[in-house]
Amino acid sequence: MTDQVAVATAAQAVATASTGSYARIVATLIRVTGDWTLAEDCAQEALALALQRWPAEGVPANPGGWLMTVARNRAIDVLRRATVERRKLRDLAVLAPTEPDRAAVGEEEIVDDRLRLIFTCCHPALALEARVALTLRTVCGVPTADIARAFLVAESTMTRRLTRAKTKIADARIPYRVPSGPMLAERLPGVLAVLYLLFTRGYDADGEPAFATEAIRLARLLDRLLPGHSEVAALLALFLLQHSRRHARRDSAGNLLTLDKQDRRLWDHAAIAEAVDLLARTRPDGPYALQARIAACHATAPSVEATDWPAVARAYDRLATVQPSPVIELNRAVAHGYAHGPAAGLALLAVARAGGALDGYPLAVAAEADLTARQGDRARAAALFRRAADAHTGAERRALLDRADEFS
Amino acid sequence: MKYLMFVCTDTAPDTDRSDWPDVEAWVAENDRRGRRLDGNALAGTSAATTVRVRNGELLVSDGPFAETKEMIVGYDLLECADLDEAIEVARAHPMAREGRIELRPFMDLDD
Repeated sequence: MTDQVAVATAAQAVATASTGSYARIVATLIRVTGDWTLAEDCAQEALALALQRWPAEGVPANPGGWLMTVARNRAIDVLRRATVERRKLRDLAVLAPTEPDRAAVGEEEIVDDRLRLIFTCCHPALALEARVALTLRTVCGVPTADIARAFLVAESTMTRRLTRAKTKIADARIPYRVPSGPMLAERLPGVLAVLYLLFTRGYDADGEPAFATEAIRLARLLDRLLPGHSEVAALLALFLLQHSRRHARRDSAGNLLTLDKQDRRLWDHAAIAEAVDLLARTRPDGPYALQARIAACHATAPSVEATDWPAVARAYDRLATVQPSPVIELNRAVAHGYAHGPAAGLALLAVARAGGALDGYPLAVAAEADLTARQGDRARAAALFRRAADAHTGAERRALLDRADEFS
Repeated sequence: MKYLMFVCTDTAPDTDRSDWPDVEAWVAENDRRGRRLDGNALAGTSAATTVRVRNGELLVSDGPFAETKEMIVGYDLLECADLDEAIEVARAHPMAREGRIELRPFMDLDD
């Protein structure tokens, strides 16, 4: 093997090991030392040392165990120099035996640590944006500079935000614990909301694509660690279904395409199949389970026309009672329009708009235009499409004007 | 860990009417469990006096230092294992239903 190949192989091995081990190492060191910054620093230093050593010495048999041992030794060094209490040092010594290969002791405990870390990062006593940023930094190991770019702030601002969050965890004594009993059910939706934000940060038109992958990875981890929580599996399914369209949702110029314009052969059908399997073990009563069912109806349909619209409409009916919002009412009206004819859709749309709930929401005008067109009132539809176009710019505006011309 | 629990009013008309707890029972329960070290209701802000010293001169004025509609009407000093326990204590206080409760940890001066 040439040197270059060895370096590339080692770098790949470090990247793989870090994806699997970073959160584990940080989570475990936080539990033992109670020091978030120390835990992150030691995990980073272990990765740096691996990049330096593995090309020459070869990739160890258990890369994750090697990293854990190095990080743990580093933490012991730092703490010894700081002469902390005996207990912390003893815990660290117990944590990692001498041979790196056995460092993955107590899988249960280590798994719990990652879950603890997620619940602590997502504690409701932290500001929502701090929860998302802290999860990205600490659980996913995303560099602060990348997080700052995604949140459109300077790196120094993001560093301060993260520091403030960690300081609050220490000062207010936010526990490093997975809540138990009724509190788990109370806190879980907040954790899932952070994951959802993380995913949309990645999946949005100008988002950071890696965040969507991280959100899926975390949802998988949660689903494995909290089996039997229907909404966790449902959220993972929802992510997989939305993400399955990633290669089909833009045209060659990079403009976003609506579902009816996408080449369905480009969808990730393995991910769709996995999501459908996941949904089979969820209860259709939570907001994510219902959204995922709707997404699955679209993902498994050969075309817009051949979509099971009555099933979509039924899921929206339930979603509107579980999580009422004007936008859900609008989507519900559109679904009923396809399932039961444009008149049914227009009637529900009128109800959704009552009281001005959707005023200034251009998609409501576009939906009315589409339903009106399908009802056969061409002149009115053209006028409505033009009105909807006025609220948009760029590709969306052009698409709406094209539709107006269709009926003029 | 000590937390000072400020019991405040809230002007938003969103009072929660679900099984209203009794404040006497709340005090008795938390005193018994050693989680409440002290606490009291405060007289209204009309009885408040603000004291400042500026340029060496004493300035005494009527009223609270901040003119807000929300006001602190009481306090409790808690001793809890962590923030989650303090949140559980606070949520059971009747004023969490019609007012708001602020939890402030004591500053750790040993650091």
